[in-house]
Amino acid sequence: MSHYEAPIRKPLVTGEKSYHDISVEIARPVEGKANKSWWIVFSISLIAFLWGLGCIVYTVSTGIGTWGLNKTIGWAWDITNFVWWVGIGHAGTLISAVLLLFRQKWRMAINRSAEAMTIFSVVQAGLFPIIHMGRPWLAYWVLPIPNPYGSLWVNFNSPLLWDVFAISTYLSVSLVFWRTGLLPDFAMLRDRAVKPFQKHIYGILSFGWSGRVKDWQRFEEVSLVLAGLATPLVLSVHTIVSFDFATSVIPGWHTTIFPPYFVAGAIFSGFAMVNTLLIIMRKVVSLEDYITVQHIELMNIVIMITGSIVGVAYITELFMAWYSGVEYEQYAFLNRATGPYAWAYWAMMTCNVFSPQFMWFPKLRRSIMFSFIISIVVNIGMWFERFVIIVTSLHRDFMPSAWTMFSPTFVDIGIYIGTIGFFFVLFLLYARTFPVIAQAEVKSIMKSSGEQYKKIREEQGDDAKLYKMPEQKPLPDFNKLIAEANSTDDTSDKNTKTD
Amino acid sequence: MASKVLNVFYTDDDILMEAIKKAQSKNYQIEEVFCPFPVHGLDKLLKVKHTRLAITSFLYGLVGITVALTMMNFIMIVDWPQNIGGKPSFSLIENLPSFIPTAFEMTVFFAAHLMVITFYMRSKLWPFKKAENPDPRTTDDHFLMQVNVGNNDIQEVAEFLHSTGAVEIDLKK
Repeated sequence: MSHYEAPIRKPLVTGEKSYHDISVEIARPVEGKANKSWWIVFSISLIAFLWGLGCIVYTVSTGIGTWGLNKTIGWAWDITNFVWWVGIGHAGTLISAVLLLFRQKWRMAINRSAEAMTIFSVVQAGLFPIIHMGRPWLAYWVLPIPNPYGSLWVNFNSPLLWDVFAISTYLSVSLVFWRTGLLPDFAMLRDRAVKPFQKHIYGILSFGWSGRVKDWQRFEEVSLVLAGLATPLVLSVHTIVSFDFATSVIPGWHTTIFPPYFVAGAIFSGFAMVNTLLIIMRKVVSLEDYITVQHIELMNIVIMITGSIVGVAYITELFMAWYSGVEYEQYAFLNRATGPYAWAYWAMMTCNVFSPQFMWFPKLRRSIMFSFIISIVVNIGMWFERFVIIVTSLHRDFMPSAWTMFSPTFVDIGIYIGTIGFFFVLFLLYARTFPVIAQAEVKSIMKSSGEQYKKIREEQGDDAKLYKMPEQKPLPDFNKLIAEANSTDDTSDKNTKTD
Repeated sequence: MASKVLNVFYTDDDILMEAIKKAQSKNYQIEEVFCPFPVHGLDKLLKVKHTRLAITSFLYGLVGITVALTMMNFIMIVDWPQNIGGKPSFSLIENLPSFIPTAFEMTVFFAAHLMVITFYMRSKLWPFKKAENPDPRTTDDHFLMQVNVGNNDIQEVAEFLHSTGAVEIDLKK
């Protein structure tokens, strides 16, 4: 029953909180009414989503010609957005799985929202390849199903098909991981609910969770095994996304460094998005005691490290292009840095390599406003990274007469904005209906990482008692109760004092 | 008359653990404990056997990789072998490197989903299932220990449990 934690670790839950306080504070955004700012942001997101939906309908009904693609640049915004959204999704699984395996307690306050973000952003990512198919109602053709066209199968040598398996496994496993973690928290909402409708809905969602010892034991085992499965999964997914490029023979794409570089970039952009969302959310739903500056600082450190890994990858790429002696490869990179898309390249370099270095300064990484700005900058930078990789490698191909530039149409932009809108619509709805913090897990780390318990240990030593004896209800006279129950089946009078 | 069961409520995990040890030293029979969050060491203390869900997951993973390789062997090698981009598809072993990503993903897919389904079935969790915690406070901040009184005197047992820090004791209906 030791709740010892090294005193050097900062508290993860601030303020004097009982277990009941945690339930109340985490249920509050669900039980209360939405405020004005929620409605404003929701309306804007909904409009953006509807506009994007309009652009999707226009694309599908008219054709891919409505996009800015041309015969040289056959992939541009759509795949950029796809990789960007999948990348953002990676932080959720990293927080919920990798940090669980490393026993990082600070994940407890942020894993629920990070996983929600993962699922919602993978949904956005999945939209792009499906729309790009042109006839999305035939999307099921990517699955290996027997069909009436003879022995016509999908090609398992193709990285694009690997992507189908990777993304769908990733989405479904993340969803199940999230769903399972929600069981005890939905049960808490169910048992607190006063209105019958809410009680019913949360009753269905909680799957009848009762919290028996055996259930908890299985719950913890399942979480651990899912974390163990999701960790290689999350690394494999972006690896396979990078194979879409790396297994081709296009100079600028054909590099073996892509898998680790893409994974680091994905974690980088994902943590930036978690920071963006949580810095707003902790304020709007008053959860500053759970998502503390310490959490933000730790995420900033991850952003700094992964940003630096990405920086090393950029430089390695440049070095290898020169060192390879292949003139096409050399030109691809020279063109990136000094050609007509140099502005995009240097925007990427500034946002991704330069800006996270500010996080070396404790003062800056503990500043909430600064973290928020950097998180936005990083997301812009990571979008440009994908744009640079994809468009600059294509726009000057092997035949100079085919060289061209890419400019997006309003449809390209509209669909992109639409997915951002859709993402926020989902996230805002989630923030009003789901327990946004894994309250059961937060309760389980209270005694080791809660501020008040850390104080007690500091004052009274590590073996200090971390509880006060509660006020007890007087005992009823059970023999009398049993007798009454036997005679009248009425046990309402159970608070009778003992003699 | 069937022996009575007491619902004993605690409000702290440390007090609960101490109380269980004391009750066990008295040889009282603890039937079930409901907790709002996982209390570490509780399953060991109650001598609950370790779950075998991790083993099932491993076995499901084996099923997954078998299904994946069988499927790809049939589709790419048996049913319609082709030489795609100089990557020959005329034997499984030759084509295996291309099959690794899909085989891995399907292994994870099977291991994760079937384990979770097994968990839901073993713990009897599904939509429209009625919750079985006897008191709604056990998902908030109360820990509920159910003690079978057996042939002991009920009042004596209750008083003993009261002394271990129980905030409330009542009869299980």
